[in-house]
Amino acid sequence: MKPVITVDNIAKLYQIGAKQKAYRTLRETIMEVAATPWRRLRQLSRWGALESEIANGEALDYAIWALKDVSFEVQPGAVLGIIGANGSGKSTLLKVLSRITQPTSGRIEIRGRVSSLLEVGTGFHPELTGRENIFLNGAILGMSRREIKSKFDEIVDFAEIGKFLDTPVKWYSSGMYVRLAFAVAAHLEPEILILDEVLAVGDAAFQKKCLGKMGRVAKEGLTVLFVSHNMSAIGGLCERVVLLEAGKVVFDGPTRAGIERYMGAVSAGKGRDLENALHSGPCRYARIKSIALLNEAGLPCDTFCMGDSLTVELEVLITQRLALPEVGIALQNSMGLNLQLFVSTWEGLKGPLEVGPHRFRVQIPKISVYPGTYALAPWVLRQGSAVDHQVDQAIVFTVIEADLTGHRPYFKYYTQTNCEVYWPSTWSHTVGAATAESINS
Amino acid sequence: MSTQIEVPDQFQEAVENPPPAEQVDHPVTIIRPAHGWQAVNFREIWRFRELMYFLAWRDLKTRYKQTVLGGLWALLQPLATMAVFTIFLGKMAAARGPDGEALYPPYWLFVFTGMLPWTFFANTLSLSSQSVVTGTNLITKIYFPRLIIPVAAAGVPFVDLAVSLGILSLLMLISGVLPGWSLLFLPFLVLGLSIASLGLGILLSALTVAYRDFRSVIPFMIQLWLFATPAVYIQDEKGMIGERWLPLLQWLLPLNPAYGLIKNFRQAALGGDLDLYSLFISIAVSLVLVVVGCFYFRRVERTFADII
Repeated sequence: MKPVITVDNIAKLYQIGAKQKAYRTLRETIMEVAATPWRRLRQLSRWGALESEIANGEALDYAIWALKDVSFEVQPGAVLGIIGANGSGKSTLLKVLSRITQPTSGRIEIRGRVSSLLEVGTGFHPELTGRENIFLNGAILGMSRREIKSKFDEIVDFAEIGKFLDTPVKWYSSGMYVRLAFAVAAHLEPEILILDEVLAVGDAAFQKKCLGKMGRVAKEGLTVLFVSHNMSAIGGLCERVVLLEAGKVVFDGPTRAGIERYMGAVSAGKGRDLENALHSGPCRYARIKSIALLNEAGLPCDTFCMGDSLTVELEVLITQRLALPEVGIALQNSMGLNLQLFVSTWEGLKGPLEVGPHRFRVQIPKISVYPGTYALAPWVLRQGSAVDHQVDQAIVFTVIEADLTGHRPYFKYYTQTNCEVYWPSTWSHTVGAATAESINS
Repeated sequence: MSTQIEVPDQFQEAVENPPPAEQVDHPVTIIRPAHGWQAVNFREIWRFRELMYFLAWRDLKTRYKQTVLGGLWALLQPLATMAVFTIFLGKMAAARGPDGEALYPPYWLFVFTGMLPWTFFANTLSLSSQSVVTGTNLITKIYFPRLIIPVAAAGVPFVDLAVSLGILSLLMLISGVLPGWSLLFLPFLVLGLSIASLGLGILLSALTVAYRDFRSVIPFMIQLWLFATPAVYIQDEKGMIGERWLPLLQWLLPLNPAYGLIKNFRQAALGGDLDLYSLFISIAVSLVLVVVGCFYFRRVERTFADII
């Protein structure tokens, strides 16, 4: 089968401005302003020479390769995830694929109609009503007037804005705005859909609905290119992933391996030295030195099954005697949301900490989070005060599905519904309708 | 009740394992860096014609939202301008023939008929030249042929023109001035004006993206332009410059497309003689402008998303 998208050696060069000097005096500012036309003319005359200079490998201050030697293929019906750190070129790649910006070199072949959702609510005009904006947004996204009219009622139902249909959109709450924008986008029928992190908006219930609809549509042969930072969404929707790093493709293959390779840049095997990690807090009393994750056998590990026991080893350096310390670890999901807190004082560890290094060993008997990628964020504080030292996303690990209940539950199919934690429940059943007596008994 | 169909042996295999669905042959889009001058892709613009309509519709709808007078504003502007010019310039600008009789229709009607096409020209020019920069959020987020944006900007002035023409016919009935067969020229003159203003608008809109200076220059330019165009006064060329310069002026003035088109619009509407010479020169200039504008626009449009 012919691939539906063929990307062949795409490169994109961006011109960036020279660094701004700090102006100390008015005289400098005026001189700078007066000199601007000459500088601009010189810059403009350099335009054509730019590409040949870069091709010769000269490092230039005023241009960067946002994409270089990017090549991959997408088969019909595939859902491809594009992941990478901020600034790796994901959005630029999407812009080039959507024909919004032109590649500097290379070639792309696309078979089919493309619809890009790089932002929800493109073209929404605040003065127009919801009804009018549905038509406007639909037309901008490429639907014909007839198509919009025939799907109008479905769109309104999906958006759940009810009687607010005829009020100007500038008076909508942000949730309503997003629901309306997404409702129009959800009713496109393209052959190829390109999404740029648009699922990060809206409340949990709405995100659930959108993912559900997208999942259904994907089964009908739609090809999707999906850019996101949300690894659980990528893991749940995409079979294949392309990892970009500084504008180059460093990985193109199965999702799980791709995510591991990406997250591997964030945490590596044995334990993590937190000396240079991004942290918060004044560090007056303590500093967290390192964190390590061990499995049941006491070996460093970064992948666990649901139901496994997790051991965390924390090394903390105390710089001022803490009479009433509190050490804790937060379990965070891939979006940085705290799911669980493990606090030393709640579990009985209350003694004072003298100056010097200390090691803490935390044992979490049974992990019951849904399959996905999670992180730990340790902190130290003095009881009653604000946090003294905290490192967010200090170490990252993956949880995979396991038979927690003994009845073969299929957790990974429900990770798209934003569930995070498993709580056990007991179910019983009787035949017949519920009556007043049966409810009150 | 289900009907059991007897499947012949040789097809049994096909029934159990149906072959993969035929891949529909979709039109192939090739994305490749373009270089140099590109022609206008009319087929693509036709495909996106509904979007052009919706952009114009959007401008029209939002124009008078939350106003009390609403659509009346479209009428007030030409009427108010007419009143101002008549009161302040009426005495100076009226021309009289050798016997002292008025050569032209009443001055207020004269001004109104001249302001109509001028307002259309000026508004289309200013709206379409700013349209691309104002539409930044569309250009950086979605694909469609960018040429649609300045063309759709002519929608609102066009509707205003239609409304004002209605008032004009009313005023002409009141003053008893009847047009005659030259009225048939009006649609062509409106078309000519659209081509002239859109041609300039497209060119300026592309320039404004890269050189924001134009944003401030254009309103100023339009104000001056009004005085180079015989919209509100009678250009008595002979009396103005003198015999020697007359041939030069007669060649130079129609290079301003607004000159020939607006002068003839007024003549056609009020039943005067048409100045075909200036008309043809102005139309020729308009066509050159629109061609140059479109080519320049197409050449720089690929950098819009990067520099806007």
